[in-house]
Amino acid sequence: MKLSRDEVQRVALLARLRLTASEEEQLAEQLGAILEYMEQLNQLDITGVEPFSHANDAVTALREDKEVNQPNADALLANAPERDGSFFKVPKIIE
Amino acid sequence: MTLAALTLHAASDTLRRRECSSVELTEAVLARIAASDENIRAYLTVDRQGARDQARQADKLLSENKSDSPLLGVPLALKDNFLTRGLKTTCASKILGDFVPPYDATTVAKLRNAGAVIVGKTNLDEFAMGSSAENSAFHPTRNPWDGARVPGGSSGGSAAAVAADECIAALGTDTGGSIRQPAACCGIVGLKPSYGRVSRYGIIAFASSMDQVGPMTKDVRDSALLLEAIAGHDPADATSVQRPVPKYSEALTGGVKGLRLGVPREYFVAGMAPEVEQAVRRAIAELEKQGARIEDISLPHTSYAVAVYYIIATAEASSNLARYDGMRYGHRAEAADLNDTYMLSREEGFGAEVKRRIMLGTYALSAGYYEAYYLKAQRVRALIKRDFDQAFASCDAIVTPTMPTTAFKIGEKTQDPLQMYLSDIYTISVNLAGLPAISLPCGFDKAGLPIGLQIIGKPFDEATILRVAYAYEQATECHTMKPEDRG
Repeated sequence: MKLSRDEVQRVALLARLRLTASEEEQLAEQLGAILEYMEQLNQLDITGVEPFSHANDAVTALREDKEVNQPNADALLANAPERDGSFFKVPKIIE
Repeated sequence: MTLAALTLHAASDTLRRRECSSVELTEAVLARIAASDENIRAYLTVDRQGARDQARQADKLLSENKSDSPLLGVPLALKDNFLTRGLKTTCASKILGDFVPPYDATTVAKLRNAGAVIVGKTNLDEFAMGSSAENSAFHPTRNPWDGARVPGGSSGGSAAAVAADECIAALGTDTGGSIRQPAACCGIVGLKPSYGRVSRYGIIAFASSMDQVGPMTKDVRDSALLLEAIAGHDPADATSVQRPVPKYSEALTGGVKGLRLGVPREYFVAGMAPEVEQAVRRAIAELEKQGARIEDISLPHTSYAVAVYYIIATAEASSNLARYDGMRYGHRAEAADLNDTYMLSREEGFGAEVKRRIMLGTYALSAGYYEAYYLKAQRVRALIKRDFDQAFASCDAIVTPTMPTTAFKIGEKTQDPLQMYLSDIYTISVNLAGLPAISLPCGFDKAGLPIGLQIIGKPFDEATILRVAYAYEQATECHTMKPEDRG
């Protein structure tokens, strides 16, 4: 099984990844082979089996509605690719 | 023997007896790094100045006899996916190449409060995705036992640093075997605690329903001590559990007499190296000799675990890695508009394996495929969990190999992702079910490469697997062997 180039491009757009033509070609092969391996799950009868999503799914963590974080704006902004005073600077999105 | 070769408990005793200072111990570790890390390349960042400052601080506390923490003054290493305040944290990715966290992970804060000396940050597969430490964006790490081979992964840097005495002990993370598999490759002890036992706050997320922090050490007692220091509920991590933390280091003795140990027949199959099978069988015979009852058990859905894991792990990863958009931190590419900035920043910032997994996970979660892949995988995950529940009705712990082979050669599996994924075949089920498991050395192959024994426990029963591991360790010499002793 090999994914189509269209399929790879569709998924890359969803994932916000730009791929080169050779990456697209390679991923079409590799993802196809991996997905074929996943097909073995179809051998199993899973009717009536509830999905198990989390080892601790019985826990609902609740806490008092109290402010606990004291964010330090300067420390958080220190890693910004671009900043303007106490703001993150991002590319323009409206004309 | 140099100071750097000490175990954590021996180092702690040595410091308490004033036979050396933390500064001397730390200098010995730094000297060891200077001498051997040019070849092994276990570290991404060595914080020499920070380590010396922390050691001086620890010596002050030691002289005042104010703290009884066994970690006080002991030099430790951290996988570079633990956030460390003020110390660069890259996750071995170009997208976080210059990232300096504004806060410490909860586990790091606990180590600091206990007086540990943080020597540096160790190499890993980018975003903990891989089984060989070759996927690092910066450089591969070499196995201290054989420089042509991988140290395993993704916590390969931590495993190599411990094996080469470039630290006294280390922490890693384990999503599908990333602590146990490199521990087996490097001949050290690696413990993956139950899901929820240790806080994940401040650990760079890969697959949130499976990631867990754990110790990587020179012997079993050290793992117990380190787990004791990092375990426990953390209000900042909603998935960490509210359960008391046992004194693991006091639960080591007592032996295995009367314990029922299950050996799953599905874990001894074609494809495993004969020498690995022989070593593991010998270890099981040793445990039987010590009075354990060996039970033949079945975990019938074992062969589906790798497929289930790579659907769930990549789905969670694709979601977790959406935060790397180049806006608030990390690499940002120059592009014409917002969408192009996202696309190009991620294209330039992520390596090939990370892109492959984001693509796979996005595919598995996308419209039309969600039920066929993701939901189906979660249902089969329930069957895998049920297998373990049934097995634990008749046994106290499960004994298996950690890896089907010993460490493979650098470059051997990089071109075939599926082959690489299969090296975690014995460790993955444990993460899917949220169980604790430990890997410890149980022999060497003809080439002198270490072989790992895995012991899997009931949920939150770390004490029993530590006890079994300790009983086995006491009867053998494997854990005392060093790479330079190779004949």
